[in-house]
Amino acid sequence: MNLGQQLNETTQPMPTAAGQYLTFILAGTEYGVDILRVQEIKGWDTATEIPNTPEYIRGIINLRGTIVPIVDLRRRFHMDAVAYGNTAVVVVLKVKRAGGERTMGFVVDAVSDVYNVTVDQIKAAPDFGTSVSTEFVKGLTTVGDKMVILLEIDQLVDTGVATAEKALPIKADLKRRGDT
Amino acid sequence: MPVDLSQFHQTFFEESFEGLGVMESGLLALIPGNADPESINTLFRVAHSIKGGSSMFGFTAITEFTHVMETLLEKLRSDECTVTQGIVDCLLQAVDFLQNMLSGVKDGSGHDADRGGRLREQLEEILENGNRGRVTASSVPKKTEAADAGHAARGWHIKFRPYRHLLTTGNDPLPMLRELSLLGDLDVSIDVSRLPRYQDLDPEACFLGWDLMLHGAIPRTQVAEIFEWVESDCDLEITPIDGNTSQANAGLSGEVVPIQPEDPAPHASRFSAPATGPAPSAVEAYSVVERRKNPSAGDASSIRVNIEKIDALINIVGELVITQSMLSQIGEDLAASKIDKLRDGLIQLARNTRELQESVLGIRMLPISFSFNRFPRLVRDMSQQLCKKIDLTVSGEQTEIDKTVLEKLSDPLVHLVRNSLDHGIELPEVRKACGKDETGRVHLHAYHQGGTIVIEVADDGAGLNKAKILQAAREQGVIGEHEALAEDRIHELIFQPGFSTADTITDISGRGVGMDVVRRNIKDLGGSIEIESEEGLGSTFTIRLPLTLAILDGQLVRIGRHIYSIPLVSIVESLQVAPKCVSRITGKGEIYKLRADYLPIIRLYEVFNVVPDSERIESGILVVVEDDGQRAGIYIDELLAQQQVVIKSLETNYTRVPGISGATILGDGTVALILDVPGVVEL
Repeated sequence: MNLGQQLNETTQPMPTAAGQYLTFILAGTEYGVDILRVQEIKGWDTATEIPNTPEYIRGIINLRGTIVPIVDLRRRFHMDAVAYGNTAVVVVLKVKRAGGERTMGFVVDAVSDVYNVTVDQIKAAPDFGTSVSTEFVKGLTTVGDKMVILLEIDQLVDTGVATAEKALPIKADLKRRGDT
Repeated sequence: MPVDLSQFHQTFFEESFEGLGVMESGLLALIPGNADPESINTLFRVAHSIKGGSSMFGFTAITEFTHVMETLLEKLRSDECTVTQGIVDCLLQAVDFLQNMLSGVKDGSGHDADRGGRLREQLEEILENGNRGRVTASSVPKKTEAADAGHAARGWHIKFRPYRHLLTTGNDPLPMLRELSLLGDLDVSIDVSRLPRYQDLDPEACFLGWDLMLHGAIPRTQVAEIFEWVESDCDLEITPIDGNTSQANAGLSGEVVPIQPEDPAPHASRFSAPATGPAPSAVEAYSVVERRKNPSAGDASSIRVNIEKIDALINIVGELVITQSMLSQIGEDLAASKIDKLRDGLIQLARNTRELQESVLGIRMLPISFSFNRFPRLVRDMSQQLCKKIDLTVSGEQTEIDKTVLEKLSDPLVHLVRNSLDHGIELPEVRKACGKDETGRVHLHAYHQGGTIVIEVADDGAGLNKAKILQAAREQGVIGEHEALAEDRIHELIFQPGFSTADTITDISGRGVGMDVVRRNIKDLGGSIEIESEEGLGSTFTIRLPLTLAILDGQLVRIGRHIYSIPLVSIVESLQVAPKCVSRITGKGEIYKLRADYLPIIRLYEVFNVVPDSERIESGILVVVEDDGQRAGIYIDELLAQQQVVIKSLETNYTRVPGISGATILGDGTVALILDVPGVVEL
């Protein structure tokens, strides 16, 4: 039964989860993720690029012997890419997927703060129709006079990896290009 | 008992499966009529420990089945009955069935109760026929069972008289009574007749006894289970309740409180399962619980490691610590004069590291006998089925191989042995006519050669029929009508998918994997397979495998600012390109003329979409790789060092990437991708 509930939570990003959120900055906006999912935060260095993967996969890094893929959230959200400065960090998160738990890193502009958020402070994301996809937004909340966007990380990466798998036909294109 | 025993299940299953393996090989070694008493003892011990284990965990069906086996083995042991082929066959089947039952309980799928019943009847029949004077002995369990079924609806009268030392064994009667009361209505009367005078009272001894009336349709096994741990520390009588016994008990001791008259019907109705027999219901209940408990729990596999290996590991770690402290001492006040010492220390560190690496990998190594051991049985069964006489010999079974490789190797090996038995070895008459010994020989041999393990499956049978293979290949359009092939190329044909020369598909070789699958499996393990065959004299299949999948020798190469590792096994040679040897086919694919061969050129930077130093082919290096007999030239900027790399999976945290088989961590801590050569060639 427990499992069922969890599934519901992940498939319907409803503002259910109250608790502590770690927030980070991305292009001037603050985003929050469930702090219980954060494994660690480390400074951003380079990553080894993986060929033929979606643009927002920056590559892989060696995290004490484990190979961890790095997602560039700016690119994931189709924002303009910038050269990351020395505040840029990798937030390493545990992402739940059907096959089990994965560890993935997310490059962001800077980390910000940790907030306590109660259920009634979370507002559902407004529906933009098809113009803006909000499937990985858990909800919105206000801290002081700032808006914080709470992210549903499982959704974020599920769609991310799904696209990565879909992106495989790229190789066919490449091959064609290589032939000519 | 409120102890969660399920944590020990895994161990029990592992030990039992291992035990069954021992039983199987023991049974195969038994010579009917002249059995070695020691091997019967071994069989008996295994059966006994499986029985003990299963009863402790409440796998009643297994307990009861093993009990019958054990009784039979006991008779064989005490020479009341002699070993016949029939008994061995029957016991082998029983071992199979036990395996089936165990895995049924393990994954919650249950087992075939009919088959169990039939086998049990067979075993009991042997027991009765084997020694008619002892019929009663074997029918005793049946009787109690009948009693169980008949009286379970009313309940049980339990006379529980713990010995004085019960408490010192760590058992407490109170929780047991509490457990019992959960099963049904429990009337407890205490027997204080053994209580000594106050001054003689030992506070650590148990002087009390209990008479318990447990009402309800409860299987006897459930009751017995509660007393499992104390069986040897008490007098225990569990009798079904009926009018007589309860009265008799009431009069037994003056201090027993009389039992109230009791109508069993309402209690019986609480238990929806009819008490048809204790075994099936218990198993059903168990498997339901199991399924609910772990719906998706992975099969946590474990490995048994020789204690010597662990000791060696600890030694090495000890030395590593010494080296480390030496180095840090040097590091604390580093002077130019200490450079030599530092160098020595580093050399020692390198040696320690290498030893440590080898020992850790050694932990994953298992002797190949784990895989070879199943073949005597296979050969025995198949030779009976095929009416052939076959002798199986095994050598080098102590050769160690990585556990992962071993597991994946089993199916291909079984297929090769089956092939040898079915197609290789001829029928006795045919063999005689050819002037060979009637008994065919199949030999399994394993040995190490450099960094690889070599496994040979050899038979002295008919060998590959080249004419037949050629004919079949022409008919199936694998080769052209008049194409002539060298001998080894002809042999290669049997690895073609869908290729078959069999006139009839038999039960043995018509199913399962084909030779193409065998080769693919071995390829997946990074190995190769070769055939040597002499018509009329036999064939030998040679499998070569890397010792481990965790480490490989890699050639680091550079393209632009990217570093990749190419597995050294796939590299044939590396060369600088002479532009005049490059030509284009229909203006597209580039071809390189290497001596007499033409290779397609793969510009890796194009495949991987990265920026190279130079696109001019003569300024880079062409690495000639071979996969599956196909060669290709991979164009890269520069060759770097060769180094052993530890393979890390990309799939753990990400997903499979075409053309990449994994990642590895270089000396400077950065990550390099390992090229999947067959994948790149296909891209």
